[in-house]
Amino acid sequence: MDFRFSEEEEVFRQEVRQWLKEVVPPRWYDIDAGLWEETEESWALLREFQRKLGQKGWLAPAYPREYGGSDMSHVKRLILAEELYYHQAPVGVEMEISINWVGGAISLFGTEQQKKKYLTEVAKGESCFCLGYSEPNSGSDLASIQTRAVEDGDSWVINGQKIWCSYAHYANYCWLGARTDPNVPKHKGISMFVINMKIPGITVRPLINILNRHSFNEVFFDDVRVPKDALIGEKNRGWYQLAMALDFERSLIGTAAANQRLIEELIQYVKEAKNSGNSLGDDPLIKDELAELVVENDVLRMMCYRIAWMYSKGLHPSYESSMSLLFSSELLRHTANVGMRVLGHYGELAQDSKDTVFKGRAMRTYLGCISIGVGGGTNEIQRNIVAMRGLGLPRQQ
Amino acid sequence: MDFHFSSQEETFRQEVDDFIKGELPANWAEESHYWPGGYGTIPDFEELEPAAERFRRRLAEEGWLTLSWPKEYGGAGRSNMEQAILNERLSYHRAPGPGVATLISGPTILLFGSGEAKREWLPRIARGQIRFWLSYSEPNAGSDLASIKTSAVEDGDDLVINGQKTWSSGAHVSDYAWMLVRTDPDAPAHKGISLVIVDNRSEGITIRPLINICGFHSFNEVFFDNVRIPKKNIIGERNRGWYYAMAALDFERLVVPVGGFKRTFDELVQWARETKRNGGVLTDEPLIRDKLADLAIDIDVAYMFFWQTAWMLDRGLVPNIEASVLKLVATQLSHKLANTAIDVMGPYGELERGNKWAPLKGRICTGYLDCISGLVGAGTSEIQRSIIAIRGLGLPWGGN
Amino acid sequence: MDFGLSEEQEMLKTSARDFLQKECPKKLVKQLDESDEGYSPELWRKMAELGWMGLPFPEKYGGGGGSFLDLVVLLETMGYNIVPGPFFSTVVLGGMVILAGGSEEQKKRLLSEVASGKLILGLALTEPDAKYEAASIKTTAALRDGKYIINGTKLFVLDANVADYLLCVAKTKSTSKPENGLTIFLVNSKAPGIKCTLLETLARDKQCEVVFENVAVPKENILGGLNRGWQIIQDILQKAIVAKCAEMVGGAQAALDMAVAYAKERVQFNRPIGSFQAIQHYCANMVSDVDGSRFVTYKAAWKVSEGLSATIDVAVAKAWTGAAYSRVTLLAHQIFGAVGFTMDHDLHLYYRRAKAGEIIFGDGAFQRTIVARELGL
Repeated sequence: MDFRFSEEEEVFRQEVRQWLKEVVPPRWYDIDAGLWEETEESWALLREFQRKLGQKGWLAPAYPREYGGSDMSHVKRLILAEELYYHQAPVGVEMEISINWVGGAISLFGTEQQKKKYLTEVAKGESCFCLGYSEPNSGSDLASIQTRAVEDGDSWVINGQKIWCSYAHYANYCWLGARTDPNVPKHKGISMFVINMKIPGITVRPLINILNRHSFNEVFFDDVRVPKDALIGEKNRGWYQLAMALDFERSLIGTAAANQRLIEELIQYVKEAKNSGNSLGDDPLIKDELAELVVENDVLRMMCYRIAWMYSKGLHPSYESSMSLLFSSELLRHTANVGMRVLGHYGELAQDSKDTVFKGRAMRTYLGCISIGVGGGTNEIQRNIVAMRGLGLPRQQ
Repeated sequence: MDFHFSSQEETFRQEVDDFIKGELPANWAEESHYWPGGYGTIPDFEELEPAAERFRRRLAEEGWLTLSWPKEYGGAGRSNMEQAILNERLSYHRAPGPGVATLISGPTILLFGSGEAKREWLPRIARGQIRFWLSYSEPNAGSDLASIKTSAVEDGDDLVINGQKTWSSGAHVSDYAWMLVRTDPDAPAHKGISLVIVDNRSEGITIRPLINICGFHSFNEVFFDNVRIPKKNIIGERNRGWYYAMAALDFERLVVPVGGFKRTFDELVQWARETKRNGGVLTDEPLIRDKLADLAIDIDVAYMFFWQTAWMLDRGLVPNIEASVLKLVATQLSHKLANTAIDVMGPYGELERGNKWAPLKGRICTGYLDCISGLVGAGTSEIQRSIIAIRGLGLPWGGN
Repeated sequence: MDFGLSEEQEMLKTSARDFLQKECPKKLVKQLDESDEGYSPELWRKMAELGWMGLPFPEKYGGGGGSFLDLVVLLETMGYNIVPGPFFSTVVLGGMVILAGGSEEQKKRLLSEVASGKLILGLALTEPDAKYEAASIKTTAALRDGKYIINGTKLFVLDANVADYLLCVAKTKSTSKPENGLTIFLVNSKAPGIKCTLLETLARDKQCEVVFENVAVPKENILGGLNRGWQIIQDILQKAIVAKCAEMVGGAQAALDMAVAYAKERVQFNRPIGSFQAIQHYCANMVSDVDGSRFVTYKAAWKVSEGLSATIDVAVAKAWTGAAYSRVTLLAHQIFGAVGFTMDHDLHLYYRRAKAGEIIFGDGAFQRTIVARELGL
């Protein structure tokens, strides 16, 4: 066992840190867009930063160089993720999804031509995908999707409705799951497509989220005609391709570092209160709660490290990722609540309010944290995965 | 709304208090290992047993063993609120209280038994002369109780019983089994079960002790090998036993030991107040104060559920959902009380009974072990939650 | 013991629920949340016509002569439905202070105007340290030429943006015991020197920063006597806490009802999600939280209403109910999934208010310090 990073790795960490200092525009930190809070302006900054990250080969560091990546080792990727998330750099969930989920699937199941095109576009930060998974009646039961793709000559014709598509109003492509055979068991009739969002027949309708921002959309497909090569991988094998595609997710690996930042800021706030003579800084109960957060986050960090370590040994985590996701969602909720507790009435103040502290982040985290543990597989689904895949408990009939 | 006791209730409460103080040995509460919400430390099983028996007889003489039963069957015809007051005081003093006979068997016979069964069993139960043990669980029938296999087959005027029961609390110190047996193996699981009474002295019964994690002999495995009982020992209708057993769940709702929680909490507070730490006492520390206050709040909430249940019963309302919530709240509280107490006491909380350094006679250490039995006994917390969701909120049964 | 409501209280509850369902739909709630005023004059007028604003005040002051418990019943229903607006500030905080400390003339004049819906009040108590303690009051009122001159900053003042009068708690004497040097002033909110800024908040309730700069107030506007304000504030805070708990009980019940209804109706994996044990057990936990909250809240309310000593009961109610409401709304979100994360949905209205309710008038940890003290620890 060895929990140290090598000297070379430490040097790399410094390099990333320095680079971030130079490249992330101050305006980004002023806006301080959190999860599901992108605005047109922050989105533009995000895309600009992603392109710079792409030029460095750091946007999709795991990709081979020929597709715009840098064949980076898992440990270095871990370090990169930690630094990006700790410094709240503008990476964005959608780009992570494009790189990991979509890119992962395309690199495994796509043709050489598809790989060359999409992986390179993503790795360079030129294109971003939105997810076309959930439907109004298919949430946790994702395999029950009804959106249809039918072959017609040289094309596929797509009809149906998707929901909760984050940033579909900005995305270049949709990574779409559609039913290609309605007459077989539900898992066996799904295929995956890349759909250009700018073609006729697609309507994007905004959904305003709890933070009062436009992040989600409903996307309607009305006789949308796409060429044959929009299909990725084998027809009707989409469900299985999805399940295999989830690799090293940077957003997951970086979650402890992101939390670390939040917790440190809270601690800083309490210290400052102490310095200014506010009794908050001496409150043993507050100290106890903050210390508990630190302990929990240390556990989370080790869970993240384990995943990176497993990959570096050529192992493939399955339930381990679910466990980290579950743990991190509960920790974020815990952190949000401790934040609100520490700040009290000040925690209730919004970002733009007079007298606000922390740019209103406590309150925004309190609202935003609900989505973690709901989106991308609910906590209940993650627990099922840990129980069944991790512990070998039987599937419920 | 009114959260007072009536003056009659206040008087009764005082009467009960005086009675307990007069009838129990002076050191009883201090010596008893009883942990509220647990099943493994009930005084009947231990060296205090003769005194427990004496006390129970005296309760019976007062008519308090069957306080809310009708007078014609040896009860006192008192209200459920008074029953609740009695139970609360008994558990506060860690006194022996109602058992299976008075809590489950008696009320079930009252509701569903024949006239003959009533005459045969009720007076003896009311006088505290006979004790029952609950003969439900089997090695392969726990939460899924309806899957019991122990069979009772008709043979002339008798039933012949074969099978095995387990987790049989107090079987070794009781007179009769209050038992679920399968009388129709071909009917759906719930519809082939009957409720019977079996004399412990019958031939073919073997009782084997199981020592629980507190170190006490409270449980047993009981084997039935061609045990004969007369048919008249079937309570109510044949093959309706499951429904009687479910109905009886509702009789147990006022036995939640709120008083016991309060008692142990009071002792814990007293201990913390007297324990020196960092130049002061333990209760000067804000974190300790917070934990103790948190417990006090939970106990207050449990009390409210308790009184509310009694109030509902007196109004003729059926506290279905409330009974399960009460049980759930109580078992969680039992667990939290033990864990908080150990946290507050630190290493002292780990000391077992008999150790000279052990505070409160080591009851916290015992309680930490025994509270587990509350979480899993008489319907696990998971089963309680399912009952609340399905019976109380009308959520659909998922077959799990 | 009696856990039941009286017939009149049941009627009040039913009629209030029916009225609010019709007159205060969630669409209006959201609209008011977005607005700067935060209330609908039309709804306000109708509520006044129903006698809600005067409910807890004696008839001789134009009130309905109801008990504090009656008010609590109404507030639970208002919390269930969510009724934006300055009801809490005007009736619970402001009206109660006037009832406790006002002169006969003040009570006659002001309470009858409160009862008729003409007057909106706000309690300017907390300051930048956001605490509910006498030592936290730094705002001063100094006597000059027969008038008191108020200077200071009040923060987190509910509904000051629409209030006609503010009840301002200010320091009138420097003493080692700050609770003996505080006075309540009735201040016209339009008086020169008052600057009110609306804050943007989590629950989108209308909390304000109110700066008093040389605000002159006549002596007659003292409520409850010079240097005798804090006792009144203590009593009112106790009532306000219980009143807030009642709102929270209603809100928690609403979140539970919504979640259960959805669990029955939402189908995944070919069955209602309410048939899954994970969801059932969440619901069971919610029931226990909601019922427990209701019991401790009503016990505290009853004691306050009867004039019995209730310090510990009030602290218990607030500590438990605040935490329980938060737990219930979070579990409800877990059951609703993504749809609950949208502004269009109603659940977030409760999730937001749960946290605001937990914080206001002292959070759980603060209440537990009171419980500990009352236990003699």
